Amino acid sequence: MTFEYAPAPESRSIVSIKPKYGHFINGSFVAGKKHFPTINPATEEILSHISLGGASDVDKAVMAAQKAYTKTWSKLTGKERGKYLYRIARILQERAREFAVLETLDNGKPIRETRDIDIPLVAAHFFYHAGWADKLDYAGLGHSPAPYGVAGQIIPWNFPLLMLAWKVAPALATGNTVVLKPAETTSLTALLFAEVCQQAELPDGVVNIVTGDGSTGAAIVNHPGIHKIAFTGSTDVGKKIARAIASTDKKATLELGGKGANIVFDDAPVDETVEGIVNGIFFNQGHVCCAGSRLIVQESIAEEIIEKLKVRMAKIRVGDPLDKNTDLGAINSKEQLNKINELSAVGDAEGAERWSPQCTLSNKGYWFAPTIFTGVTQAHRIAQEEIFGPVLSVLTFRTPQEAIDKANNSPFGLSAGIWSEKGSRIFWASQHLKAGVIWANTFNKFDPASPFGGYKESGWGREGGKHGLAAYLKNGKETGAK
Amino acid sequence: MATKKESRVEVKKTYKLFINGAFPRSESGRVFEVTAKNGEFIANPALASHKDLRDAVTAARAAQSGWSKATAYNRGQILYRIAEMLEGRANQFESEIALSSQINSAKAKSLVAQAIDRWVWYAGWSDKLQAVSGATNPVSGPFFNFSISEPQGVVAIAASDNFLEFIDALGAAVVSGNTSIVLVPGGLAVPAMSFAEVLATSDLPAGVINILTGSLDELAPWAASHMDIDGFDISGIQKKKQGALKEAGAENLKRIHSFESGKTPARILAFMESKTVWHSVGV
Repeated sequence: MTFEYAPAPESRSIVSIKPKYGHFINGSFVAGKKHFPTINPATEEILSHISLGGASDVDKAVMAAQKAYTKTWSKLTGKERGKYLYRIARILQERAREFAVLETLDNGKPIRETRDIDIPLVAAHFFYHAGWADKLDYAGLGHSPAPYGVAGQIIPWNFPLLMLAWKVAPALATGNTVVLKPAETTSLTALLFAEVCQQAELPDGVVNIVTGDGSTGAAIVNHPGIHKIAFTGSTDVGKKIARAIASTDKKATLELGGKGANIVFDDAPVDETVEGIVNGIFFNQGHVCCAGSRLIVQESIAEEIIEKLKVRMAKIRVGDPLDKNTDLGAINSKEQLNKINELSAVGDAEGAERWSPQCTLSNKGYWFAPTIFTGVTQAHRIAQEEIFGPVLSVLTFRTPQEAIDKANNSPFGLSAGIWSEKGSRIFWASQHLKAGVIWANTFNKFDPASPFGGYKESGWGREGGKHGLAAYLKNGKETGAK
Repeated sequence: MATKKESRVEVKKTYKLFINGAFPRSESGRVFEVTAKNGEFIANPALASHKDLRDAVTAARAAQSGWSKATAYNRGQILYRIAEMLEGRANQFESEIALSSQINSAKAKSLVAQAIDRWVWYAGWSDKLQAVSGATNPVSGPFFNFSISEPQGVVAIAASDNFLEFIDALGAAVVSGNTSIVLVPGGLAVPAMSFAEVLATSDLPAGVINILTGSLDELAPWAASHMDIDGFDISGIQKKKQGALKEAGAENLKRIHSFESGKTPARILAFMESKTVWHSVGV
């Protein structure tokens, strides 16, 4: 006898999407010249048309941000700035369901995640940073640390509103003003956030949002009125930004790619570990820079773990992102689906063994079944390159040192996981892993109080916590810098 | 290096490189001339080559694990030992600096005293860095979450020709557990290689500090593009030449920083990475 879930769709009547959007500059929506469609990746339905920002739009936004910085925002005390952030946090909580549904429509991620993870974390980020605004003297960065001025912020499509919060909240708390560009495929929640800024009566020009593509982002990076760049996205683009600002005085924080190692020792609690592996790679369709995309499991328990993992994967519900029972939603874009298909084909060609559970995928929209590759070696491209999809590469090890060596054998260094019941082993492994965020007996946990960011080619700087403030303050880590 | 001519013929020192705890000549066989203010010949230090740089990086990488895993107390003691050795040879450094740079001997004396005191200042940071840079983070959930700072790995330094600035850059890089390659220009080669002799007698493990003398115009771009160097202190490079180095360093997203002279823990932290660990809490 099989039990089937009845469909449990979340209503989309809570959102109203306009047919066309402009940019948000100096407190008002400004019509754009050219537009491009934004779609629901689960259905390919066109949701709206987004303005393609050009150099002149970016210029207007930077001018507005500069003016707001000199005329209003830098003249406010931290206490007053903080109250605006508290207002924003509260309005986000009030309108949380609307944001969750809109995010799911535009991004394709399950409503369970937008409702329970993305949007609550967004509000938490503003609430956390609101309290910092009048306490910056105590952040360990010296007395009266000063903001840079105008921050140019470019964010990705995997956690659209959450990445906005990670960027905007600390920038405003530290006294900077903002020109933000959301990702090309996921602008809608950023534009709804502009309405929140209006409702919070945030002074005009403190937050400006210019939508567009890579060329819009480049215009922000290269604008002489920008003092600080904050970018989350691919390592390739991160390196381009690093080169573009090399001969300028612009500062940058870069949150880039990863190939997270999830290490399972032979004394790990098996059922919890299997849940952790699933959460590590299938959370948000694997569109996570810190995903546990390399499972590095001790040889003696590899067979048991993989067998149980397959049983668990067969229970993952792939489908309508608005359905409250859905675990795995749609791939965000056709381009990303092509990339996942391409790298998976390389996995086949290089001799790894592919497995996916039986699941029916809709023929509309962009879908990819949860997938594991076993028999992967370090030389395989699927063990080295970021796939950014629901695809897990499984490697094995015999000795703890071998596990560390394999985990660290990557140009990235963003995240890692450790599964073991032995406390001393967990501490030993966490000391030896070259990664900025390490989860022991858990994975993919985020919190505004917890710094996030990577070693090596995973980027520069940290976001969140006390450490994240340094990225937006002159007396932070750059004290004494020429 | 007596300045007064005596009937006895002085025994002069051969200036070589300092790589992996040894004093090799440049594999290239190249040297350059250092002269005094009055043009008098002082020494022919080695003009380090690209291959010498690669050898130094290999040595620094091999020494990385041991130095970064040494206890902070142990690192602090070894670095303090270096200050003891410096103090004993203060006169030598004063006369070398006065001879090979443009400053008089009174200023050289004060500079060396400052440099020794500065080195002691850095040595003491080894077991205090976590107290000022770390944090326990009150996350919303059943987790014990903390952040600590770790050394980045291998840090190159393009030193200015000032001995105190050389000390600042090097002390900041190695106290946290980084291993380093210092690129030393011009007349600073003379006291820098005497500093290498101090290092060689201070129980500092081989490869933790490597010193290459030569031309920064040659050496710095090689270091900037080297894929096994994690951080680069370019304080000794003119501002107009820094952009090209940062551009080359973007290939592996090197952490490249430039500082004014002066003591600040921010300089140490600039070559460290923050690591955040989440531990599940439960029974």
